[in-house]
Amino acid sequence: MIPHAITLAELLTLSGVLFALAVAGIFLNRKNVILLLMCVELLLLAANFNFIAFSRVMGDINGQVFVFFVLTVAAAESAIGLAILVVLFRERRSINVEDLNTLRG
Amino acid sequence: MFVQIIFLIFATLLVASALGLIIARNPVYSALFLVLCFCNSAVIWMLTEAEFLAIVLVLVYVGAVMVLFLFVVMMLDINLAELRQGFTRFAWLGWLTALAVIAEIVGVVWSHGLTGLDVGGSPVPEPQNYSNTLALGQIIYTRYAYPFELAAMLLLVAIVAAIALTMRHRQGLKVQDISRQVSVRAADRIRIVKVEAEKRT
Repeated sequence: MIPHAITLAELLTLSGVLFALAVAGIFLNRKNVILLLMCVELLLLAANFNFIAFSRVMGDINGQVFVFFVLTVAAAESAIGLAILVVLFRERRSINVEDLNTLRG
Repeated sequence: MFVQIIFLIFATLLVASALGLIIARNPVYSALFLVLCFCNSAVIWMLTEAEFLAIVLVLVYVGAVMVLFLFVVMMLDINLAELRQGFTRFAWLGWLTALAVIAEIVGVVWSHGLTGLDVGGSPVPEPQNYSNTLALGQIIYTRYAYPFELAAMLLLVAIVAAIALTMRHRQGLKVQDISRQVSVRAADRIRIVKVEAEKRT
Protein backbone atom coordinates (compact mmCIF):
# COMPACT_ATOMS: atom_id res chain seq x y z
CA MET A 1 0.00 0.00 0.00
CA ILE A 2 1.36 3.39 -0.97
CA PRO A 3 0.56 6.04 1.66
CA HIS A 4 0.57 9.06 -0.62
CA ALA A 5 -1.80 8.05 -3.36
CA ILE A 6 -5.52 8.00 -4.04
CA THR A 7 -7.28 5.34 -2.04
CA LEU A 8 -10.09 3.13 -3.22
CA ALA A 9 -12.42 4.68 -0.63
CA GLU A 10 -11.91 8.18 -2.08
CA LEU A 11 -12.63 6.99 -5.61
CA LEU A 12 -15.73 5.09 -4.54
CA THR A 13 -17.01 8.12 -2.62
CA LEU A 14 -16.46 10.37 -5.61
CA SER A 15 -18.34 7.99 -7.88
CA GLY A 16 -21.12 7.71 -5.33
CA VAL A 17 -21.49 11.49 -5.14
CA LEU A 18 -21.56 11.69 -8.94
CA PHE A 19 -24.21 8.97 -9.10
CA ALA A 20 -26.33 10.71 -6.49
CA LEU A 21 -26.08 14.04 -8.31
CA ALA A 22 -27.12 12.39 -11.56
CA VAL A 23 -30.14 10.78 -9.87
CA ALA A 24 -31.06 14.16 -8.36
CA GLY A 25 -30.74 15.66 -11.84
CA ILE A 26 -33.23 13.13 -13.20
CA PHE A 27 -35.70 14.20 -10.50
CA LEU A 28 -35.09 17.91 -11.03
CA ASN A 29 -35.16 18.04 -14.84
CA ARG A 30 -37.85 15.46 -15.35
CA LYS A 31 -39.49 17.45 -18.16
CA ASN A 32 -36.50 18.02 -20.41
CA VAL A 33 -35.54 14.91 -22.39
CA ILE A 34 -32.13 16.32 -23.34
CA LEU A 35 -31.18 16.83 -19.70
CA LEU A 36 -32.44 13.35 -18.84
CA LEU A 37 -30.08 11.93 -21.49
CA MET A 38 -27.20 13.98 -20.07
CA CYS A 39 -27.94 12.74 -16.55
CA VAL A 40 -27.88 9.16 -17.85
CA GLU A 41 -24.43 9.87 -19.31
CA LEU A 42 -23.35 11.10 -15.88
CA LEU A 43 -24.71 7.91 -14.27
CA LEU A 44 -22.69 5.79 -16.69
CA LEU A 45 -19.61 7.88 -15.93
CA ALA A 46 -20.05 7.21 -12.21
CA ALA A 47 -20.33 3.49 -12.92
CA ASN A 48 -17.17 3.65 -15.02
CA PHE A 49 -15.37 5.27 -12.08
CA ASN A 50 -16.11 2.21 -9.98
CA PHE A 51 -14.93 -0.14 -12.72
CA ILE A 52 -11.64 1.73 -13.08
CA ALA A 53 -11.06 2.06 -9.34
CA PHE A 54 -11.59 -1.63 -8.69
CA SER A 55 -9.65 -2.62 -11.78
CA ARG A 56 -6.60 -0.65 -10.64
CA VAL A 57 -6.73 -1.59 -6.98
CA MET A 58 -7.17 -5.29 -7.71
CA GLY A 59 -4.62 -5.20 -10.51
CA ASP A 60 -7.07 -6.72 -12.99
CA ILE A 61 -7.21 -5.11 -16.44
CA ASN A 62 -10.57 -6.76 -17.28
CA GLY A 63 -12.41 -3.94 -15.53
CA GLN A 64 -10.93 -1.40 -17.93
CA VAL A 65 -12.07 -3.52 -20.88
CA PHE A 66 -15.58 -3.29 -19.47
CA VAL A 67 -15.28 0.48 -19.26
CA PHE A 68 -14.34 0.39 -22.93
CA PHE A 69 -17.51 -1.53 -23.78
CA VAL A 70 -19.65 0.67 -21.55
CA LEU A 71 -18.33 3.73 -23.39
CA THR A 72 -19.19 2.10 -26.72
CA VAL A 73 -22.72 1.26 -25.67
CA ALA A 74 -23.22 4.71 -24.11
CA ALA A 75 -22.10 6.40 -27.32
CA ALA A 76 -24.53 4.28 -29.37
CA GLU A 77 -27.29 4.95 -26.87
CA SER A 78 -26.86 8.71 -26.93
CA ALA A 79 -26.66 8.77 -30.74
CA ILE A 80 -29.95 6.88 -31.09
CA GLY A 81 -31.52 8.80 -28.21
CA LEU A 82 -30.72 12.11 -29.85
CA ALA A 83 -32.00 10.84 -33.21
CA ILE A 84 -35.29 9.87 -31.56
CA LEU A 85 -35.34 13.28 -29.88
CA VAL A 86 -34.95 15.07 -33.21
CA VAL A 87 -37.75 13.01 -34.78
CA LEU A 88 -39.91 13.67 -31.72
CA PHE A 89 -39.33 17.39 -31.92
CA ARG A 90 -40.17 17.35 -35.62
CA GLU A 91 -43.48 15.62 -34.90
CA ARG A 92 -44.55 17.41 -31.71
CA ARG A 93 -42.61 20.72 -31.70
CA SER A 94 -41.84 20.00 -28.05
CA ILE A 95 -39.52 17.80 -26.00
CA ASN A 96 -41.55 17.99 -22.83
CA VAL A 97 -41.94 14.55 -21.29
CA GLU A 98 -45.47 15.41 -20.19
CA ASP A 99 -46.56 15.83 -23.81
CA LEU A 100 -45.65 12.25 -24.58
CA ASN A 101 -48.84 10.61 -23.36
CA THR A 102 -50.15 9.04 -26.56
CA LEU A 103 -50.00 5.57 -25.06
CA ARG A 104 -51.90 6.59 -21.94
CA GLY A 105 -54.90 4.32 -21.44
CA MET B 1 0.63 14.09 -1.12
CA PHE B 2 0.96 15.91 -4.45
CA VAL B 3 -1.23 13.35 -6.18
CA GLN B 4 -3.84 13.68 -3.47
CA ILE B 5 -3.94 17.47 -3.81
CA ILE B 6 -4.45 17.16 -7.57
CA PHE B 7 -7.11 14.54 -6.96
CA LEU B 8 -8.92 16.77 -4.47
CA ILE B 9 -8.84 19.77 -6.81
CA PHE B 10 -10.21 17.85 -9.77
CA ALA B 11 -12.72 15.89 -7.70
CA THR B 12 -14.09 19.18 -6.34
CA LEU B 13 -14.29 20.58 -9.86
CA LEU B 14 -16.00 17.39 -11.03
CA VAL B 15 -18.66 17.51 -8.33
CA ALA B 16 -19.15 21.26 -8.85
CA SER B 17 -19.65 20.83 -12.60
CA ALA B 18 -22.02 17.90 -12.03
CA LEU B 19 -24.00 20.20 -9.73
CA GLY B 20 -23.92 22.88 -12.41
CA LEU B 21 -25.17 20.35 -14.96
CA ILE B 22 -28.29 19.52 -12.99
CA ILE B 23 -29.25 23.03 -11.92
CA ALA B 24 -28.27 25.09 -14.99
CA ARG B 25 -31.21 26.98 -16.48
CA ASN B 26 -30.08 26.61 -20.08
CA PRO B 27 -29.48 23.17 -21.69
CA VAL B 28 -26.48 24.61 -23.54
CA TYR B 29 -24.81 25.41 -20.21
CA SER B 30 -25.71 21.93 -19.00
CA ALA B 31 -23.99 20.38 -22.01
CA LEU B 32 -20.89 22.51 -21.42
CA PHE B 33 -20.88 21.53 -17.74
CA LEU B 34 -21.04 17.90 -18.83
CA VAL B 35 -18.00 18.51 -21.05
CA LEU B 36 -16.21 19.89 -17.98
CA CYS B 37 -17.27 16.79 -16.04
CA PHE B 38 -15.76 14.52 -18.67
CA CYS B 39 -12.50 16.50 -18.78
CA ASN B 40 -12.12 16.36 -14.99
CA SER B 41 -12.93 12.66 -14.99
CA ALA B 42 -10.27 12.12 -17.63
CA VAL B 43 -7.70 13.77 -15.33
CA ILE B 44 -8.74 11.56 -12.42
CA TRP B 45 -8.57 8.46 -14.62
CA MET B 46 -5.07 9.54 -15.60
CA LEU B 47 -4.18 9.74 -11.90
CA THR B 48 -5.38 6.18 -11.44
CA GLU B 49 -3.16 5.18 -14.37
CA ALA B 50 -5.96 4.31 -16.79
CA GLU B 51 -4.38 6.46 -19.48
CA PHE B 52 -5.96 4.89 -22.55
CA LEU B 53 -9.49 5.23 -21.21
CA ALA B 54 -8.80 8.82 -20.16
CA ILE B 55 -7.78 9.69 -23.71
CA VAL B 56 -10.75 7.77 -25.11
CA LEU B 57 -13.07 9.65 -22.78
CA VAL B 58 -11.82 13.00 -24.05
CA LEU B 59 -11.72 11.98 -27.71
CA VAL B 60 -14.99 10.04 -27.92
CA TYR B 61 -17.07 11.85 -25.35
CA VAL B 62 -15.93 15.43 -25.52
CA GLY B 63 -15.03 15.18 -29.19
CA ALA B 64 -18.02 13.30 -30.54
CA VAL B 65 -20.90 12.65 -28.17
CA MET B 66 -20.96 16.06 -26.51
CA VAL B 67 -20.62 17.83 -29.85
CA LEU B 68 -23.66 15.83 -30.96
CA PHE B 69 -25.48 16.89 -27.80
CA LEU B 70 -24.61 20.55 -28.29
CA PHE B 71 -25.62 20.32 -31.94
CA VAL B 72 -29.03 18.91 -31.07
CA VAL B 73 -29.55 21.34 -28.18
CA MET B 74 -28.82 24.29 -30.41
CA MET B 75 -30.78 22.95 -33.37
CA LEU B 76 -34.02 22.41 -31.47
CA ASP B 77 -36.09 25.49 -30.85
CA ILE B 78 -37.12 24.71 -27.29
CA ASN B 79 -39.50 26.69 -25.17
CA LEU B 80 -37.34 26.88 -22.05
CA ALA B 81 -39.88 28.62 -19.83
CA GLU B 82 -42.34 25.78 -20.30
CA LEU B 83 -39.75 23.16 -19.50
CA ARG B 84 -38.68 24.98 -16.35
CA GLN B 85 -42.21 24.98 -14.99
CA GLY B 86 -42.60 22.76 -11.95
CA PHE B 87 -38.83 22.62 -11.56
CA THR B 88 -39.07 22.74 -7.79
CA ARG B 89 -42.09 20.47 -7.45
CA PHE B 90 -40.12 17.27 -6.99
CA ALA B 91 -36.82 18.96 -6.17
CA TRP B 92 -37.00 18.03 -2.50
CA LEU B 93 -37.48 14.37 -3.48
CA GLY B 94 -34.46 14.60 -5.77
CA TRP B 95 -32.21 16.12 -3.13
CA LEU B 96 -33.50 13.65 -0.54
CA THR B 97 -32.66 10.73 -2.85
CA ALA B 98 -29.23 12.18 -3.56
CA LEU B 99 -28.51 12.65 0.14
CA ALA B 100 -29.69 9.13 0.90
CA VAL B 101 -27.50 7.63 -1.82
CA ILE B 102 -24.48 9.65 -0.69
CA ALA B 103 -25.05 8.72 2.96
CA GLU B 104 -25.38 5.04 2.10
CA ILE B 105 -22.27 4.93 -0.06
CA VAL B 106 -20.17 6.94 2.38
CA GLY B 107 -21.43 4.74 5.22
CA VAL B 108 -20.59 1.52 3.42
CA VAL B 109 -17.24 2.67 2.08
CA TRP B 110 -15.85 4.46 5.12
CA SER B 111 -16.94 2.02 7.80
CA HIS B 112 -14.21 -0.46 7.07
CA GLY B 113 -15.74 -3.26 9.11
CA LEU B 114 -18.77 -3.58 6.84
CA THR B 115 -17.15 -4.11 3.49
CA GLY B 116 -14.79 -6.97 4.09
CA LEU B 117 -12.64 -5.23 1.52
CA ASP B 118 -9.47 -3.22 1.96
CA VAL B 119 -10.90 0.10 0.80
CA GLY B 120 -7.96 1.99 2.26
CA GLY B 121 -5.76 0.37 -0.34
CA SER B 122 -4.51 2.41 -3.23
CA PRO B 123 -3.35 1.17 -6.63
CA VAL B 124 0.18 -0.15 -6.78
CA PRO B 125 2.06 2.07 -9.24
CA GLU B 126 2.88 0.27 -12.45
CA PRO B 127 6.55 -0.18 -13.41
CA GLN B 128 8.37 2.37 -15.54
CA ASN B 129 7.93 0.66 -18.91
CA TYR B 130 4.28 -0.28 -18.37
CA SER B 131 1.94 0.65 -21.21
CA ASN B 132 -1.75 0.76 -20.38
CA THR B 133 -2.68 0.82 -24.06
CA LEU B 134 -0.55 -2.23 -24.74
CA ALA B 135 -2.07 -4.16 -21.85
CA LEU B 136 -5.60 -3.27 -22.92
CA GLY B 137 -4.88 -4.08 -26.56
CA GLN B 138 -3.40 -7.44 -25.68
CA ILE B 139 -6.52 -8.49 -23.82
CA ILE B 140 -9.08 -6.89 -26.15
CA TYR B 141 -7.70 -8.55 -29.27
CA THR B 142 -7.33 -11.97 -27.66
CA ARG B 143 -9.80 -12.79 -24.93
CA TYR B 144 -12.32 -10.11 -25.84
CA ALA B 145 -11.97 -10.35 -29.64
CA TYR B 146 -15.54 -11.55 -30.13
CA PRO B 147 -17.15 -8.92 -27.84
CA PHE B 148 -14.96 -6.32 -29.54
CA GLU B 149 -16.39 -7.25 -32.94
CA LEU B 150 -19.87 -7.22 -31.46
CA ALA B 151 -19.20 -3.69 -30.19
CA ALA B 152 -18.14 -2.65 -33.68
CA MET B 153 -21.33 -4.19 -35.06
CA LEU B 154 -23.35 -2.36 -32.42
CA LEU B 155 -21.83 0.96 -33.48
CA LEU B 156 -22.65 0.19 -37.12
CA VAL B 157 -26.24 -0.62 -36.20
CA ALA B 158 -26.40 2.60 -34.17
CA ILE B 159 -25.17 4.64 -37.14
CA VAL B 160 -27.70 3.04 -39.48
CA ALA B 161 -30.50 3.46 -36.96
CA ALA B 162 -29.67 7.10 -36.28
CA ILE B 163 -29.57 7.91 -40.01
CA ALA B 164 -32.72 5.92 -40.76
CA LEU B 165 -34.59 7.65 -37.94
CA THR B 166 -33.71 11.18 -38.92
CA MET B 167 -33.86 10.83 -42.70
CA ARG B 168 -36.70 12.85 -44.13
CA HIS B 169 -38.61 11.76 -47.23
CA ARG B 170 -39.88 14.92 -48.84
CA GLN B 171 -42.45 14.67 -51.59
CA GLY B 172 -42.01 16.19 -55.03
CA LEU B 173 -38.26 16.31 -54.95
CA LYS B 174 -36.56 16.01 -58.35
CA VAL B 175 -33.88 13.46 -57.55
CA GLN B 176 -32.24 10.76 -59.63
CA ASP B 177 -33.32 7.19 -58.95
CA ILE B 178 -30.27 5.31 -60.19
CA SER B 179 -31.71 1.82 -59.94
CA ARG B 180 -34.76 2.80 -61.97
CA GLN B 181 -32.54 4.46 -64.56
CA VAL B 182 -30.37 1.38 -64.89
CA SER B 183 -33.19 -1.13 -65.07
CA VAL B 184 -35.14 0.76 -67.69
CA ARG B 185 -35.94 -1.07 -70.94
CA ALA B 186 -36.48 0.24 -74.40
CA ALA B 187 -40.15 -0.69 -74.20
CA ASP B 188 -40.60 1.74 -71.28
CA ARG B 189 -39.32 4.69 -73.22
CA ILE B 190 -40.23 4.19 -76.87
CA ARG B 191 -43.74 3.64 -78.12
CA ILE B 192 -44.07 2.61 -81.74
CA VAL B 193 -47.25 3.90 -83.18
CA LYS B 194 -48.61 2.79 -86.48
CA VAL B 195 -50.28 5.78 -88.08
CA GLU B 196 -52.63 5.14 -90.92
CA ALA B 197 -51.80 7.23 -93.95
CA GLU B 198 -54.51 9.69 -94.65
CA LYS B 199 -56.22 9.64 -98.01
CA ARG B 200 -55.26 12.52 -100.25
CA THR B 201 -58.19 14.77 -100.67
